[in-house]
Amino acid sequence: MTMQIADSVSLSASEAKARAKARAHAAAARDNLRTEPRAVRIVIIALAVMFLTVFVVLPLVVVFAQAFSRGLLAYFAALAEPEAMAAIELTLIVAAISVGLNLVFGLVAAWAIAKFDFKGKTFLITLIDLPFSVSPVISGLVFVLLFGAQGYFGTWLRDHDIQILFAVPGIALATTFVTFPFVARALIPLMQEQGTQEEEAAISLGASGLQTFFRVTLPNIKWGVLYGVLLCNARAMGEFGAVSVVSGHIRGETNTMPLLVEILYNEYQFVAAFAIASLLAMLALITLIVKTVLERHLDEGEDASDH
Amino acid sequence: MTIEVRNLVKKFGSFAALDGVDLKVDNGELLALLGPSGSGKTTLLRIIAGLDWPDSGEVSFNGEDALAQGARERHVGFVFQHYALFRHMTVFENVAFGLRVQPRAVRKDEASIRARVKELLDLVELDWLADRYPSQLSGGQRQRIALARALAIEPRSLLLDEPFGALDAKVRKELRKWLRSLHHEINVTSIFVTHDQEEALEVANRVVVMDKGRIEQIGSPDDVYETPATAFVHGFIGECIELPVQVADGVIRLGEQPLKLAADGLVPGASRLFVRRHDMLVGPPGSGAFEGAVQHVRNFGPVQRAEVALSGGETIEIDAPRDKELRAGDTIGLEPRRYRIFAG
Repeated sequence: MTMQIADSVSLSASEAKARAKARAHAAAARDNLRTEPRAVRIVIIALAVMFLTVFVVLPLVVVFAQAFSRGLLAYFAALAEPEAMAAIELTLIVAAISVGLNLVFGLVAAWAIAKFDFKGKTFLITLIDLPFSVSPVISGLVFVLLFGAQGYFGTWLRDHDIQILFAVPGIALATTFVTFPFVARALIPLMQEQGTQEEEAAISLGASGLQTFFRVTLPNIKWGVLYGVLLCNARAMGEFGAVSVVSGHIRGETNTMPLLVEILYNEYQFVAAFAIASLLAMLALITLIVKTVLERHLDEGEDASDH
Repeated sequence: MTIEVRNLVKKFGSFAALDGVDLKVDNGELLALLGPSGSGKTTLLRIIAGLDWPDSGEVSFNGEDALAQGARERHVGFVFQHYALFRHMTVFENVAFGLRVQPRAVRKDEASIRARVKELLDLVELDWLADRYPSQLSGGQRQRIALARALAIEPRSLLLDEPFGALDAKVRKELRKWLRSLHHEINVTSIFVTHDQEEALEVANRVVVMDKGRIEQIGSPDDVYETPATAFVHGFIGECIELPVQVADGVIRLGEQPLKLAADGLVPGASRLFVRRHDMLVGPPGSGAFEGAVQHVRNFGPVQRAEVALSGGETIEIDAPRDKELRAGDTIGLEPRRYRIFAG
């Protein structure tokens, strides 16, 4: 049984040349589309640069300038304050809990929505978006209504000596609620686009449900998962409104970094306030860089799935 | 393995994808499910594979109830139209997948898995692509890898869903021949779905023609081509002329024009007459059952295709040999060498 089947993998030299020519042609056509006079172009670009400088670059510079205004020593001394250390620790703990929970919930929700058909699917998608459409302060208030002293479960919780509000559980709950959509939102379109054929192939080859998930589904969405986790983490660490309502502002105990920044600022401790703010700003910068890298990987993944 | 399907019904909402299908597939057969899109052929294949479930009916493998098993237990190889290769795995790992996910008790050791994958890649003549990723392969190569992957688990039968549907015409023809010789070599019961009659007639031992969730005809490629059982089959297979005729008092009429054709055994009433284009023989005026004027003539590969306005009012296209003298404006007689008339 010998059959030769034509390969389309390697391009011949003439084909490559033809493609290069087509590309040059397209570039020339693009140039022709730029009909605005030079002066208009310069004004528009200058406006854009000015806007970015005033609203993005300047604030960032101010944060770091203020933080270091009394020198490096004062900066590190402010960060070494027990109150600051406690806030950093609490922020990390809360972010770890809510990112962990939302990773699991987001994966499960996206898997169900993208790979299965069931009644109430649209409703579920709407529910997932709810935290984005509600003001964070309201999200916090909901938990006060549920678990506060006058809330539905307040009496029962007090009787059993369980502390939710004004403690780590309340802050973690509020943060989890506010950051719930990130992972699911990152995954649903990705998984819907990938369809279910690879899973069907895996099952017909004898794989169990778990094997299919870990060997086929998860590797296909790993960059999407990291992307969702990254954004979820950034928001979890920076959340202010919802946390502010449920935290109780107990110094050294229930203040997260954003809350502490506000308190210190209101007490005119500018170096300390901006020192902590600089940490949050750095988190934002790192998030942006990692996000760019991840987006490149996500695009590559899409190219690889092109038929 | 023999596959038997009894009275299968599957509805999507109010649309009946399968409307009472009975089918028996013999051991070692290469069977084609042929039909237009929406005829239920893919649904039937997916139900046999366990990727879909019927509303009612039975499916049995070697006499055992297959519906009691999930796709995982049925041990059936499935090949998808769009290949469904695992995009994050190399060609080698794709083929090895079915061997690696087996329960520990029966799983082969690494060396035997490697040997088996090598053997399969040799079989599909693509061993030199083992380290590539699916995105680096051409369509024809992807489909052959998908076939090797399905064969890795030594399936009891092989199910192919429009396996060549996404490929260009040249590669499709090559793969067709290749599939037939592969089947000859491994001889596993195989069913493939296609909407391409040429593909079905060329590759399969037996053809099942489906329409609107029902089986219209089961037979050898010769059977379905030479003696179509229903009007649908006749119209779907081969290039056909279809004429509305009236049968009354032992005479067949096209419009007002009586045709010189025997009406023995035909049910009176409105009927349809089917003739293949190349079965209309051209003669001098008055020589055949029909008469018409040639409108124009085009050369079309080995034949010339002529548009003819019949004196009964219809315009048809016929295929005549290239050496036959035909010119626009000629009046000719036409005699159907073979034809079928279906009531309704």
